[in-house]
Amino acid sequence: MEASKVIHAIYTDDDVLMAAVKKVKSAHHHIEEIYTPFPVHGLDKAMGLAPTRIAIASFMYGCVGLTVAIVMMNFIMIQDWPQNIGGKPSFSYIENMPAFVPIMFELTVFFAAHLMVITFYLRSRMWPFKKAENPDPRTTDDHFLMEIPVHGNENELTNLLKETGAVEINLIDKAH
Amino acid sequence: MYTFSSKLKSVAIGLMILGTIGVAYGFFTSNKDFAAVETMLKEADHGDGHGAAADHHEVAEDSHATEEAHVEDTHATAEGHGHAEVDEHTKHVNHVMHAMHKRPWAALYVAAFFFFMIALGVLAFYAVQYAAQAGWSPLLLRVMEGITAYMLPGALIVLGIAIASGIIGHYGLFVWMDPDVVAHDKLIQGKSGWLNITWFGVRGLIFIGGWYAYRYFSRKFSIAQDNADDNKNFKKTFRISAAFLVFFLYTESMMSWDWIMSVDPHWFSTLFGWYVLAGMMVCGITMIAMVTIYLKSKGLLPKVNDSHIHDLAKYMFGFSIFWTYLWFSQFMLIWYSNIPEEVTYFVTRFQDYQLPFLGMVAMNFVFPLLVLMNSDYKRIPWFVIMAGIVILCGHYIDIFNMIMPATVGDQWAIGIPEISSIFLFAGLFIFIVFRALTKAPLEPKRNPFVKESEHFHY
Repeated sequence: MEASKVIHAIYTDDDVLMAAVKKVKSAHHHIEEIYTPFPVHGLDKAMGLAPTRIAIASFMYGCVGLTVAIVMMNFIMIQDWPQNIGGKPSFSYIENMPAFVPIMFELTVFFAAHLMVITFYLRSRMWPFKKAENPDPRTTDDHFLMEIPVHGNENELTNLLKETGAVEINLIDKAH
Repeated sequence: MYTFSSKLKSVAIGLMILGTIGVAYGFFTSNKDFAAVETMLKEADHGDGHGAAADHHEVAEDSHATEEAHVEDTHATAEGHGHAEVDEHTKHVNHVMHAMHKRPWAALYVAAFFFFMIALGVLAFYAVQYAAQAGWSPLLLRVMEGITAYMLPGALIVLGIAIASGIIGHYGLFVWMDPDVVAHDKLIQGKSGWLNITWFGVRGLIFIGGWYAYRYFSRKFSIAQDNADDNKNFKKTFRISAAFLVFFLYTESMMSWDWIMSVDPHWFSTLFGWYVLAGMMVCGITMIAMVTIYLKSKGLLPKVNDSHIHDLAKYMFGFSIFWTYLWFSQFMLIWYSNIPEEVTYFVTRFQDYQLPFLGMVAMNFVFPLLVLMNSDYKRIPWFVIMAGIVILCGHYIDIFNMIMPATVGDQWAIGIPEISSIFLFAGLFIFIVFRALTKAPLEPKRNPFVKESEHFHY
């Protein structure tokens, strides 16, 4: 359950942010979300997020692409309209297969790449006409924002975050 | 400092002795005369399952015009009988006899080239590390230097076998070395300005001289850098590495035409040099990973971490796919255009070498693709070693497929001559590489990027 009150701690440097994340985690506070202007290497591990499964999805999309290419080329070149190209009549898929390998390769890559990007967008809850969740537009420029839920431990958290080098600490009431 | 453990040393020497015995056995038993081969073939024909050999043989002969010319010429008397059947029989027996004579030469050459290729691939990879000023790899540089110690002896052995096969052998590897063949072959006559033993030898020595000069100076500067107080030696290595890479890319390509492609002097492929290079790089990087993991398991490379192994495994994966890309590019263009003088190369391989030819693609492409795809597996040492063994075996068979069809034709096998040759050169390789590793500290401590390498983290 999301807490109704959250603290937004703002940092101006990714190294400071990384150190802060480690400190907050070691004090056993839950970090709801971090907004950064660019991907920060190792941040997911420091936050304790589960490893991504997008590689598995990508592999499966690649398999789909390979299958589509095989079925498509079989239909186009063998079933529907067989032609004699360069003295190689298209009567059997397996005998003409080398000619289809580039297509199989390209569609594997195409499916894996495009579906992986779309999956990533959807999994990040980003789709057309969606209102941005970003609480502070400065995180798209040069600021880093850490969102921590508050469970009546506001002062303790504020002190801890100040120590970690946050340049700004705001208490936000999400209920309103 | 690493000391060559006596256990590993006895393994290396044992392999060399075993290999030498086997190679000698191969040479002695291959020396069968006409009558012996005739009785052998008769016996084989009566046995079950071997009758097909004769059918295969005809195709092989068609695709090897030079071979045929050779046989026809040396046994022109047989043709004089006018009996087509007798003539055909004599030709067949002769063909098999020549193939058997060539087999120990070819077996020795394939194994010698395979181990030499590993060392040369590592030398190129080493030069890339310097030229790119790579920050992840300095902790592995000494391992690479150890492996490249085999480059000079390995290259001289390959060139030596090639030339010896033309001088004291039965022209066992390169038909263009046989003056009889050249006299009856317009195509080879046209190429004889390039393909003659003297120029072949001189060219080989120029290549080897250039490569060794780089290896000598880069090693010298690398050791001098250990005790230096500035980066002068590193900068020198950077410069010679860039120059070496230019030299290497030309000479590697020419070397692959000379030492491999010219076994089929009628056939040519414009991307052959690249194709050989890709195989060389995979094997080289696999060998770096294996030696690194071995030394690390002995606690000798304490600063090498999982991420270094991971990166090497990524290169193994990547270059395996690069190799396949070139293998397939070469195959598909030739298959599609179907020009007789080109396609004969693959016809022979599909008819007489189906299992090694297709099996090698599975070992060198499908296997690394599926096994090394998962990121976590690339960090498990035994997993990388296992994958590496399959990749190395696959690339041995790749070289086997390049040399054997043009030399022994359909009389191929992987038996005592082949396996003994592998033992012989594996022993020599281990002996030279690990002896070189003892010569310098395993950590290049004053390399300007060594700190970055220590903290390398994926």
